[in-house]
Amino acid sequence: MSFKSPLNRVIGLGTAKEGVSHWWHQRVTAIALLPLGLWFAFAMLGVEIRSHAALIDWVSDPMTAVLLILTIICLIYHSFLGIRVVVEDYVAAKGVKVVTLLLSSFAHAFLGAVCLISILKIALGSG
Amino acid sequence: MDESGRPLSPFLIYRWGVTNSLSILHRITGVGLSVGILVLACWLLAIATGPEPYASVMNMFGATWFKLPLAAWAFCFFYHLANGVRHLFWDAGHGFGQAGIKLGGLAVVVFAVLMTATYAMIGLV
Repeated sequence: MSFKSPLNRVIGLGTAKEGVSHWWHQRVTAIALLPLGLWFAFAMLGVEIRSHAALIDWVSDPMTAVLLILTIICLIYHSFLGIRVVVEDYVAAKGVKVVTLLLSSFAHAFLGAVCLISILKIALGSG
Repeated sequence: MDESGRPLSPFLIYRWGVTNSLSILHRITGVGLSVGILVLACWLLAIATGPEPYASVMNMFGATWFKLPLAAWAFCFFYHLANGVRHLFWDAGHGFGQAGIKLGGLAVVVFAVLMTATYAMIGLV
């Protein structure tokens, strides 16, 4: 049970009833993606992209796997938040909006799971 | 004013300019990068699946027709990254003057074009 007064509970939450959490999470993931994204972009220049064995070696390195996993988590969450804003801004019909947001949620969850399981499989040595 | 006689939101009246084009480009590149997650997931899944599946996936990604979307994704990445930094400066309350807006916009476009060109020259895209 909460000892907050009803007034205190709603102050700062705005019309969406969730305050600035969406805005803030978008910024936190953006800041995290700055070094992570640049790392990934420059790492792509260094690895032999055509060689499967070279990529297995690269992803098997624990530091690579950690950075890849962090990149994927931040990327998926950042993308999920961004697509939600775009859909909310440009899709006016309520039914279409809800369905689009649902599909976006499922697609992000699915792609995130695919990326993470792939990285873990390689990193843990069964790839 | 539309036929109902009620005033319109200002965004429909303001003239089209560089600053608002760069602003909408931030969203377009963001959506483009979201679509790119699909390619990233395919690539990682192919590596995890084995050498043969990876070779066939890379045959598709290495095809000539795929160079255009890859270059577009490189541009989306560098533009969205640089313009995102500009957004963070705005969030902190800096760079709202005429000079700051123009200089920042120019810097972001130059950075994105140069980095995309560098990527293209190195041969990744």
